[in-house]
Amino acid sequence: MDEGRHHVRAPAPLRPAAPDSQKPRTRWSFNDPHVRALFYQAALLAAVAFVAWYFVSNTLRNLDERKIATGFAFLAREAGFEIGETSGFSYGAADTYLRALGIGLANTFRIAAVGVVLATILGTVLGLARLSRNWLIARLAAVYVEVMRNIPLLVQLFFWYTIISENLPGPKDALNPLPGLFLSNRGIAFPVLHYDPAQLWVLAALLVGAVIAWLLVSWAMRRQAATGEQFPALSVGLGTTLGLPLLVLLAVPHEIDRPELSGFNFIGGAAMTPEFAALLFGLVVYTAAFIAEIVRAGVLAVDRGQFEAAHALGLTRSRAMRLVILPQALRVIVPPMTSQYLNLTKNSSLAVAIGYPDLVSIANTTLNQTGQAIEGIAIIMLVYLSISLSISAFMNWYNRRVALKGARA
Amino acid sequence: MKRMIRLTLGIALLGAGAVHAQGTLDAVQKKGFVQCGVNVGLAGFSQPDSRGAWKGLDVDVCRAIAAAVFGDANKVRYTPTTAVQRFPALQSGEVDVLVRNTTWTVTRDTSLGLNFVGVNYYDGQGFMVPKKLNVKSAKQLNGATVCVQPGTTTELNLSDYFRANRMTFKPVVIEKLEEVLNAYYSGRCDVFTTDVSGLVSTRGSRPNPADHLILPEVISKEPLGPAVRHGDDRWFDIVKWSLYAMIEAEEMGLTSKNIDQAGASKDPAVQRFIGATGDFGKMLGVDNKWAFNIIKQVGNYGESFEANLKPLGFDRGINELWTKGGIMYAPPLR
Repeated sequence: MDEGRHHVRAPAPLRPAAPDSQKPRTRWSFNDPHVRALFYQAALLAAVAFVAWYFVSNTLRNLDERKIATGFAFLAREAGFEIGETSGFSYGAADTYLRALGIGLANTFRIAAVGVVLATILGTVLGLARLSRNWLIARLAAVYVEVMRNIPLLVQLFFWYTIISENLPGPKDALNPLPGLFLSNRGIAFPVLHYDPAQLWVLAALLVGAVIAWLLVSWAMRRQAATGEQFPALSVGLGTTLGLPLLVLLAVPHEIDRPELSGFNFIGGAAMTPEFAALLFGLVVYTAAFIAEIVRAGVLAVDRGQFEAAHALGLTRSRAMRLVILPQALRVIVPPMTSQYLNLTKNSSLAVAIGYPDLVSIANTTLNQTGQAIEGIAIIMLVYLSISLSISAFMNWYNRRVALKGARA
Repeated sequence: MKRMIRLTLGIALLGAGAVHAQGTLDAVQKKGFVQCGVNVGLAGFSQPDSRGAWKGLDVDVCRAIAAAVFGDANKVRYTPTTAVQRFPALQSGEVDVLVRNTTWTVTRDTSLGLNFVGVNYYDGQGFMVPKKLNVKSAKQLNGATVCVQPGTTTELNLSDYFRANRMTFKPVVIEKLEEVLNAYYSGRCDVFTTDVSGLVSTRGSRPNPADHLILPEVISKEPLGPAVRHGDDRWFDIVKWSLYAMIEAEEMGLTSKNIDQAGASKDPAVQRFIGATGDFGKMLGVDNKWAFNIIKQVGNYGESFEANLKPLGFDRGINELWTKGGIMYAPPLR
């Protein structure tokens, strides 16, 4: 902008008719680049507003002409259809469309949350494996990455779904590899703890264990800083975090709810449906391949000298990786990782192809039962936009946290 | 991908301007063919044969409309639609008429902005189970896993039926017919539910039909018929009377074989039907020989049923003419 103004001022004295040349800048001329820029911007804005107005008003008129219902009043009406899995919420056909969409959203969140965590773990392991000095491990990881990221996700989803529903037996001859665990084409049924209020103490014990672990780690760090002596704080801390709740669990009532075959299906316990399993497998396996490459690139981006310096200080390979390389690599890793998380979340909408009742699937059913396609699509777009922006905001915050202090991201 | 299609439909609706104001008939005549929305593949109703030509009871209605408008039953282009895509396709103007074994309901007639012209197949919803499950009645299905397509009346009737009988079920909802059938045939579901016609057609076109049982309960009324958009009465009339001409012809005994000799008939009703007297074609805005062309090129309703559904093991049942104990009944052509 400063440069622009400079230009404006320079040619002013050269203007042929300049009786008022004392204050040339007050004149509004189309030759003035500043004015021109303003004009173009205003024109563009007006064009965008006109197009938006045209589409909205035209749509409303068309809908009205054809007497197609509009508005969001349908959200309060009874949905009338059942949903296969509800992520722990209660839902019945007598509930409203709004609640049905909420269940769809919960299902989307569930698959995205589990998927992001598992894909990150698998992707990191694969990325580091591809950097391994072990030839076989490195090659296997490379083959995995190249194969998985080059097969379309939809194909992979159909593949996993077919594997599960075609190859596993029916519930009556379910595989039973471990007591209480049943594999069938109805999904994976597994035992869970029967809920008892006294089990809340287990949660309390978990909290206490975690606090002890935290105190232990900070004490160990202080001691190491002061004396150089090391203490296996991490493993001992893990022991208290998990061990304490386990002891408490043995003390409180802990009846186990086992799945049992009754009629058509397993009753009791908990179950993972084939649709959820196939979608989760597909998303994790596919996204992990991309994450592996991001992790590998991040590690390679750290100067080799850092590794050699860590080595010279006597750090083992794994310690050097954990304490020196990865913290620096994270700065390169986090931004592209954000887009992978976004991709995974958005890709979860492919669920509709294999019958997992995610938001898109429920919204599709809704818009078809009510005939209000535009409202349905608007809801889908709005929800995905909010989810994506929230993930971005969180990851940007995290990125600022891991960025070099004082450096500008 | 499917989402993209639907989005495009939505956008088409956004952009659809004055095209519909001029009337569907004019638009159809201008482009030279009828764009007909059909099922992606339901044997006996709409399915491409080995040479890629569409065949079926629904397809014959499309052909009848083309015969009425152009005098040529082949001037049809088909748009295969899934259960979810069909209404946006019609609403947005992508198809001129939807003949896709679609149930006539009050919601669809009103808030979806459609007009059903009549019924070309009276159906009802049923259940199909593998025989090895040993289920003899739908009342024994408590706790079953049920495969169903989304966005259908089937999906809603299913919930109603189980609620009314105080039973529970787990739905597996997949949009593509092929995929949902794979889920049923692989054993992912205990039950597949859709209109009985769909069950018969599916069972007949898959291997080992004897291993599957259609349960005796028919849990709903499903009058299937062609639909057009609200607000175009002229087009509505043409589609409606194209269908009724087929039914009326069967009642009058006119077939594709004998209609050429009908000119010699002394029956004034026949004379009116073939357009020798009267001006029904002109009233509809098409050629006076419209009904003659339909029967000559497509055949009457009975012929269509015979050719498309009989080979799959369908019974005329209530789809027999009213004069023969069924409920197929066309208003008089006069």
